[in-house]
Formats: sequence, C-alpha cells, structure tokens
Amino acid sequence: MDYLWVLLPPLLQGAGVTLQVFFITLVLSLPLGLALALLRLSRSASVSGLVNGYIWLMRGTPLMLQMLFIYFALPFVPYVGIRLPSFPAAIVAFSLNYAAYFAEIFRGGIQSIDRGQYEAAKALGFSYAQTMRRIVLPQVVKRVLAPVSNETITLVKDTSLIYVLAMNDLLRAARGIVQRDFTTMPFIVAAVFYLLMTLMLTVGFQWLEKKYSVYDE
Amino acid sequence: MTNKQMISVRDLHKRFGTLAVLKGVSFEVALGDVIAIIGPSGSGKSTLLRCLNRLETIQRGHIEIAGEVLATTGADGVCRYAVDAEARRICRRMGMVFQQFNLFPHRTVLQNIIEAPMTVQGLSRAAIMPKAEELLRKVGLFEKRDSYPALLSGGQKQRVAIARALAMAPDIMLFDEPTSALDPELTGEVLRTIRQLADEHVTMLVVTHEMSFARDVSTRALFMDDGEIVEAGAPAEMFSHPKHSRTQAFLEHIL
Ligand SMILES: Nc1ncnc2c1ncn2[C@@H]1O[C@H](COP(=O)(O)OP(=O)(O)O)[C@@H](O)[C@H]1O
Ligand SMILES: [Mg+2]
Repeated sequence: MDYLWVLLPPLLQGAGVTLQVFFITLVLSLPLGLALALLRLSRSASVSGLVNGYIWLMRGTPLMLQMLFIYFALPFVPYVGIRLPSFPAAIVAFSLNYAAYFAEIFRGGIQSIDRGQYEAAKALGFSYAQTMRRIVLPQVVKRVLAPVSNETITLVKDTSLIYVLAMNDLLRAARGIVQRDFTTMPFIVAAVFYLLMTLMLTVGFQWLEKKYSVYDE
Repeated sequence: MTNKQMISVRDLHKRFGTLAVLKGVSFEVALGDVIAIIGPSGSGKSTLLRCLNRLETIQRGHIEIAGEVLATTGADGVCRYAVDAEARRICRRMGMVFQQFNLFPHRTVLQNIIEAPMTVQGLSRAAIMPKAEELLRKVGLFEKRDSYPALLSGGQKQRVAIARALAMAPDIMLFDEPTSALDPELTGEVLRTIRQLADEHVTMLVVTHEMSFARDVSTRALFMDDGEIVEAGAPAEMFSHPKHSRTQAFLEHIL
C-alpha cells in the first residue's frame, strides 16, 4: 500500500500531461473539424477538393508519423519551416489529425439534414449563416453525438503516442517505473486512470444524448 | 381596396439542366387575390412558386413583388437578381407553406413560430410573444405550444407551419399542395385555416388538387400544363366551361 503512494506522484504528473494533450486537442480540433466540414461542402470545387485532399492525407498516414514530421522534419521545410518544442508539436499534430476525422463526421451529419429544413429557413428569410447556426447545426449535434463520442474515447488512448517525442505522459511514466522497479503495478494504476477518463466521457456523452432526446425526428 | 399589384411575373423561363420546366409564364396578382394553381403533376406548379421566393433561380424573365424588382432580364438577355440582402428583404414579403411541412424538429411549436421573428427580424421574445400566442389560438394549437413537432398529427403540423409563416407578417402567402401529404380526414382542418385567411383578404397563391376548395375560395384559377399557363379565369366558370381542351381533359380526369 505504501508503494502506491510512492507511485502516485510521478503517475499523476504523467496523467496531467495526458489530460492536457487530450483537452487542448479536443478544444482545437472540434471547431477546426466543423470549419473543414463546411469548407468541404462549399460550392467551390477547388475549395472542396483541397479539403478533401487534406482529409485524405491526415487519415491516410499514421498519427505518429505526422507527429514525427512536425517535430523533426518541419524545421527543415523551406520557407514554412519552424522548430516547435515537443508539447506544441504534439498538439498541432493531434489537432490537425483529429480535425480531419471530426470533419468527416460533421460533413455526414450536415448532409443528413433534410433539404426542406434549408428551404423552410430560406423562405422565412434566414441567411445561410443563420440557417446553419440556428436550424442545421443544432440538429447535427444530436446526430453526431455517438460518432464524436467514439472518436473522443479513441483520443484518450491515442495521447499515449506522444512518448515518441520523449514526453512523459501517463503511459511513459508508468513504463519508466516498471522498468526501474520490476513491478507491473504502475501499469494497473495507469489502466485505472484511462478507464476512469473513459467512464467520465461516457457518462458525459450519455447525459448529452439524454438532453437531446427531448425531441424526435 | 385599390388594385395594388402584389406580384407581377413576365415571360418567366426556368430550366433544370436541359429540361425546360417553365416556358414563358406571365401573370399578375393583385392585393387580396386568392389564386388557385391547378394542373397535372410535373407541370411546373411547385417550381413556379419556388421561383417567386428564390428557392429556384430563373434563367430569363421578370419578377416583381409589391412593386420591387426581384429579378429582371435586360435587352442583352442576361437575367439579373437584386443583390442578396435586397432580394432577401423582398422575399420576406412572402410566406411559404410546404407539402412536407418542414417544421424545425428541434424546436417546440412555439419556438418554431418565434424563431424567424427573433433571428431574422431581431425581435425580442417579449416583443413577439403576443403575436405568437394570437397565431397559436388562430390555428387552434395554443394547448400544443410546448410540444415538439414529432408528436403532432399531420394536420396540426401544417397548421403550425401556417402560423410560422404568418409570424413574419408576410403580404403574400404561398401554399404548395398544403394538404397533399395529409390523410383525407385531416385535410379539412388545414383547408379551414386557409379559408379563414382568404376571408381576411390575405393575398394567396395556392397550388392544390382540392377542386371544391379551389372553386369556393379562390378569386381566380390558373391552369398549368407542361410549363405554361394554359388558361386563367374565375374558377366556377373555368371548371364548368373550360375553354381549352387540355383544361377540359384535366378537369374530366380529376373531378
Ligand atoms: N430540382 C430539380 N431538378 C431537376 N428537375 C426538377 C427539379 N425540380 C423539379 N424538376 C422537374 O421539373 C418539372 C416540374 O416539377 P414541379 O414544379 O415539381 O411540378 P408540379 O409541382 O406541377 O408537380 C418536373 O418534370 C420535375 O421532375
Ligand atoms: Mg408540386
């Protein structure tokens, strides 16, 4: 039991890094994903095509590769090259990557809204922006809750990839202690952390689903 | 009541790709007119209504709403619309009721009615509430104001849709087959509501297959076939003595 108290401080520190990457990525990638979805649905074929290419690139290559590229290779790219410290590099890679996945979810949600909704809004004098903000997107939220919830839970676990940039996230902290002390205890503690985070997210999304179930479609 | 022109349409042409759907349609609507638009399916009735409030864009012709030009075609043959903000303001003079209701499912009955006045006109909830309640009473749905649309019958949904359109205080109402999606026993309550508006001399265009309703309520009927207005006139006269053989064939088929 005493050993647990020795374990906790470094593991909690690791959990802090994990939580930071998780929340900052979520806060950045959700709006970015929405913006990408709207651009993807733009009437301009070049805008839509460009976004399509971006989504293909981000979903078609490993997140770890993207992270390594932004950290190690970006500084050497002519003109745009900048050297990012590991934490911002990880955030940028995660946000760009998850935005692509969210964009596809939002696009599907937006396209599932009946054309009659746009027509009714337009006939009432709504501008396009007002139609999206007041009529379409609130309905999209309900329809995308389940896939967004899935993606969010995946993100919790994907955060462990940042170890490749030598950051001490929860899993890397645990592994360090395992190798030092020859015990699997830290792994179990880490698993409990991940499970607790996932549980809180599940409960949160269930609450949202309930909130949105006041109306049927 | 003066003979004020509410709608003036001249030589309207509309195609979808290569399919010509409206082939030079012209008509005028005066204040207080109730126009019944009849004709076979696919003749362009819905498209005509939808061109009036810019749900469809025309390729050629002239549309004027209450004296303001929505679209016009120059001598060069190019059709020009009023700029977007202007066009939106002009089209706000018209309210539209759809065959499929198109209520906002995430909003209650009351919220459906006050949404546009608040979002589009920027009115406060308090400012629109008296009118919203009056409209709810008018369409007989005051008790249902906090229900979501999914819980309403088709007839109730359509009455909410009518109240929602009226909340924007339009000068003209456009109805596109408002009872066609309803079970027969529910059409009466919706037709009664529309008839009530006609009694109040609301200017209306009603696309309908309800011939007795058209005959009793409209001041003028337009018969459309294949993208053209084939015949126009007083409904009683047209229904009993159609001048054109196409009108005759259609009426024989439907009556
Ligand atoms: N968005 C569209 N794209 C292509 N064709 C259309 C579209 N809307 C209507 N049409 C065609 O235009 C014609 C007239 O349709 P519509 O105005 O709906 O007729 P009505 O309301 O008299 O039944 C039909 O042949 C229909 O298939
Ligand atoms: Mg139609």
